[in-house]
Amino acid sequence: MKKILVSLAAAGLVIAGAFGAVAQEEGGEAAPTHFPLKAPREMSWSFAGPFGTYDRAQLQRGLKVYKEVCAACHSLEMVAFRTLEDLGYSGAQTAAFAAEYTIQDGPNDDGDMFDRPGKPSDYFPSPYPNVQAAAASNGGAPPPDLSLIAKARGIERGFPQFIFDIFTQYAESGPDYIHALLTGYNEEPPAGLEIPEGTYYNPYFNAGVSLKMPPPLSDGQVTYDDGSPETVEQYSQDVSAFLMWAAEPHLEARKKTGFRVVIFLLLFAGLMYLTKRKVWADVAH
Amino acid sequence: MSATEDTHDPNRRDFLYIATGMAGVVGAASVAWPFIDQMRPDASTLALSTIEVDISSLEPGMSLTAKWRGKPVFIRNRTQAEIDAAKAVKLEELKDPLARNANLASDAPATDEERSAGKERENWLVMIGVCTHLGCIPLGQQGDFGGWFCPCHGSHYDTAGRIRKGPAPENMAVPVFEFISDTKIRIG
Amino acid sequence: MSEGHSTYTPKTGLGRWVDARMPLPRLVYDSFIAYPVPRNLNYAWTFGGILSIMLVAQILTGIVLAMHYISDTTLAFGSVEKIMRDVNSGWLLRYLHANGASFFFIAVYIHIFRGLYYGSYKAPRELLWILGCIIYLLMMATGFMGYVLPWGQMSFWGATVITGFFTAIPLVGDWIQQLLLGGFAVDNPTLNRFFALHYLLPFMIAGVVVLHIWALHVTGQNNPTGIDVKSKTDTVAFTPYATVKDALGMVVFLLVYAYFVFYIPNYLGHPDNYVLADPLKTPAHIVPEWYFLPFYAILRAITFNIGPIDSKLGGVLAMFGAIAVLFFVPWLDTSKVRSAVYRPWFRLFFWLFVADCILLGWLGSRPAEGAYVLMAQMGTLFYFAFFLVIMPVLGLVETPRRLPNSITEAVLEKNGGAGGQPAGVAAAPQSKG
Repeated sequence: MKKILVSLAAAGLVIAGAFGAVAQEEGGEAAPTHFPLKAPREMSWSFAGPFGTYDRAQLQRGLKVYKEVCAACHSLEMVAFRTLEDLGYSGAQTAAFAAEYTIQDGPNDDGDMFDRPGKPSDYFPSPYPNVQAAAASNGGAPPPDLSLIAKARGIERGFPQFIFDIFTQYAESGPDYIHALLTGYNEEPPAGLEIPEGTYYNPYFNAGVSLKMPPPLSDGQVTYDDGSPETVEQYSQDVSAFLMWAAEPHLEARKKTGFRVVIFLLLFAGLMYLTKRKVWADVAH
Repeated sequence: MSATEDTHDPNRRDFLYIATGMAGVVGAASVAWPFIDQMRPDASTLALSTIEVDISSLEPGMSLTAKWRGKPVFIRNRTQAEIDAAKAVKLEELKDPLARNANLASDAPATDEERSAGKERENWLVMIGVCTHLGCIPLGQQGDFGGWFCPCHGSHYDTAGRIRKGPAPENMAVPVFEFISDTKIRIG
Repeated sequence: MSEGHSTYTPKTGLGRWVDARMPLPRLVYDSFIAYPVPRNLNYAWTFGGILSIMLVAQILTGIVLAMHYISDTTLAFGSVEKIMRDVNSGWLLRYLHANGASFFFIAVYIHIFRGLYYGSYKAPRELLWILGCIIYLLMMATGFMGYVLPWGQMSFWGATVITGFFTAIPLVGDWIQQLLLGGFAVDNPTLNRFFALHYLLPFMIAGVVVLHIWALHVTGQNNPTGIDVKSKTDTVAFTPYATVKDALGMVVFLLVYAYFVFYIPNYLGHPDNYVLADPLKTPAHIVPEWYFLPFYAILRAITFNIGPIDSKLGGVLAMFGAIAVLFFVPWLDTSKVRSAVYRPWFRLFFWLFVADCILLGWLGSRPAEGAYVLMAQMGTLFYFAFFLVIMPVLGLVETPRRLPNSITEAVLEKNGGAGGQPAGVAAAPQSKG
C-alpha cells in the first residue's frame, strides 16, 4: 500500500510539472483569443460554503434591480411569481407583485387571446413576444434569458485551482462573473485593441473584447428602501445574488440536507470501520 | 490489536453489530423517501389548484363545466322547480344522508340548502362532476330524478346532485368554493 | 472453486420445500455467503461492490427522473428545469443521477486500473476481463446518450461531434450518421431515440454484470499476490469478511459522492449545458464529459494523414483503437507473473501509464492548439506503446521478484515483517469456516 502511495505521489509530481510548464507558456500569449481578458474577482457571497444561505434582503433588492433594469431586455422565463415567497415575501405580497404584470391568456370562449393581471402561478413574462423580435430589437443577438445565467456562466479556473475548488467548495463562478461583468465597463481598453463599432469594451466578458449590451447600471438608478448604498457595485452584487437564487432556488435545502447526510455517513463509516475491524480481528490479511 | 479481548466480550461485539445494522436501515429508509416524495403533485401543479370562474352568463336552467385540478366542476343555476323538487325529498329517503360539502362540517346533512351555495344563493349548485362510483362524468338533466345520470354503471342523481339509485355510494362532492362577487366564483 | 459441492443445508421445512423446487436461497448462499475469497484482498477490491450499488442507484434515480422528463426538443430543457425547481426532491434526484454517472466512471476506472495492476485479466480470467470491457463500452454509450437528454448546448454539440465520428468511415459514413440521427442533424428523432436507448442500456449493463459475476465466481477472485488459491487457509468466507469490507468501502465512497452532490453538484458539469441547445451557434470550446477526455485527446492528436488514411479517419480509428486494445490485453501481456507487486519494471510503466491517462484527460479539456497538440501526440504514442510494445516485451525480458509459495505465506511474511501476529492467530479462520 505504501509503495502504491509513493508511486502515486511520484506520478502526481510528474504531471504537475508538465501542467506547470504548459501553464507558463500560456501566460505569454499576446493577441487576445482567449476570453475573458481578466478573471473575475472572487466575491464573498452569503450563499457560499457548506452552511451558505441566501440573504433575503439582498435577494429582494436584487429582484428590484432585475425588475427595474434588466427586465427591459432580459426574460426570466423559468421563474414563477409564486416562488418569490422564498425571498421572504408573504403570499399576499407575491400575489400583488404578480398582479403588476400583464399576462396574455386565452383563448377565451370567443376564441380570442386576452390580457389579464398576473397570478402567482404565472411566470415572469418576456419583454419580447418572441426570439426574433428580441434579436431584431438588439442588433441581431437576442439578450439571453436570465433564469439560469448564474449557472450557465463560469470561467475556467485552470490548474491547480480547479483541484483546490473541490475542497473550498467554490461554486460561485457564475455570480462572480455577473458581478465582474456589470462592474467592468469603466475600464480603459489597452492601447491598440480594436473595439468594434456599437459595442462596449469589457475585459470580463467571456466571448470577446466587447459586448453589445451597454453599461446597464448607474449610481442612484434604483431606489432602495432599506438604506443600502445605491451604487453600481451594490446593485451588481444584489442582482448577482438574486440571479443565483433564480438559477438554484433549492440551494439552501441542498446544503442543509447535505450536512445531515455527510454527518450520517461519517458516523456510519465510523461504525462500519469498527465492525470491519472486529470481524477481521482474528484473520491476518 | 485488541482482538482477543473483544472475542471475550460478546455483548460489546453484538452491540456494535446491532448499531451498525440499525444505522444501515435508517440510511436506507431515508434514501427511500425522495423516491416516494417525487411522486406527489409538484409545486407548479399545486399552484394551479385554485381557479376563478365567471358565471355572469348563466340564466336559471343553464350550467357550465369548469376544469379544476383536472376534473370537471359542474356549476348550475337551478330553476325554482329543481330546487322545489330537491327540497321535497326527505332525508331518510336518501341513500347518502351526508352533504359531502367541503365548505361545511363533515357530518352536515344532505338537505338541499347544505348541498347548494347557501341560503341566499340556493339556486347555485357547484359540485365536482365525477360519479362517486368509479369516476365517470354523469350526464346532466337526465335519469329518473331529473338531475344527473352516469351512463357507465347507471347511477341516478337528483337535482341537488345526491345519489338516489344505482351503485354509487355517495352524493357528488362539493368542492371548496366562494363567491368573490355576484358573478365570480373561486374554486379551491 | 464454485464447482465444489454446495454446503447449503436448509434449516426449516419451508427452506427444504423451496430448495427442492427453485434453489434460489442456495444460489445466494453459495455465491454471497459461503463463497470463498482470498484473505488478502485490499480495498481496491471493494470497487466491484461499489460499482454494483452505483448501477442500482443510477437505475433507480433514472427511473424516477423519467417519470418527469420529456424527450421532445421543445420541452426537454424545460422539463429538466421543472425537475430542478418544482418536483419534490427533484433537484436531489437529478443531481444524484448526474453526479452518479461521474462517480460510476470514477469507480470503474479504479476497478480497471486495479485489474491492470494485479494482472486480473490473465488466464483463466480472460472472459471475465472481456465482459468487463463490454460493460465499460455500454457505460460509455449510456453516459453519452444521457448527457444529450437535458438538451443544453453541450448536449447538442457533443451529440453532433460524436455522431460525426461515423462520417469518417469511407463510403457508408454519411449513411450511418443519418441512420443514427434519424435526420441530417441532431434533432427531435435523435433525442427521442437516445432517450429510449438511455433507458434500455443500463438493463443490458445489468445483464452483462450478471455474466461478469458468473465468470468471476467460476474462476474466483484474483488477489494482490496474483498467485492462485491453493488451500482453504488462503481464503475466508465472503460473508462476513468480504461483505463487511465491501460495505466499508461503499460507505466511504458514498461519502465522497454525497459531498459532490450536495456541495459542488455542478463541478463536474459544464456551464454551457445550462444554455438551451442552439443548432445555429457552437460554443467556443466543445468539451465532452470528463470521463471521455483521454479518448477525446487521442481523437484530436491525429492531425496528420497516415498513408491513405486521412487525419479525420485516423483520429477516429485511434480513438476506437484505444478502447479496442483493452480487449486484447490478456494476450498482449506475455508475463507469467500476474501481479505488478512482483514486477518492478511493469509497476513503473503501469504508473507512467496512469499518469499518461490523466495527462491525456487534461489535454482533452484544453483547446487543440500549440504545445497541447504535441503533448497529446506524445501521450497517445505512449498509450499505445504501453499495450502494444511494453506489455509484450516486458513479459519476456523482465525478471520478476521471488513469489511466495501461497497467499497464506505472503500474508504471514507481511505481518511477520511488520512485527505483527504469531502464526497461530492467522490460522484461526479455518475453524470459523
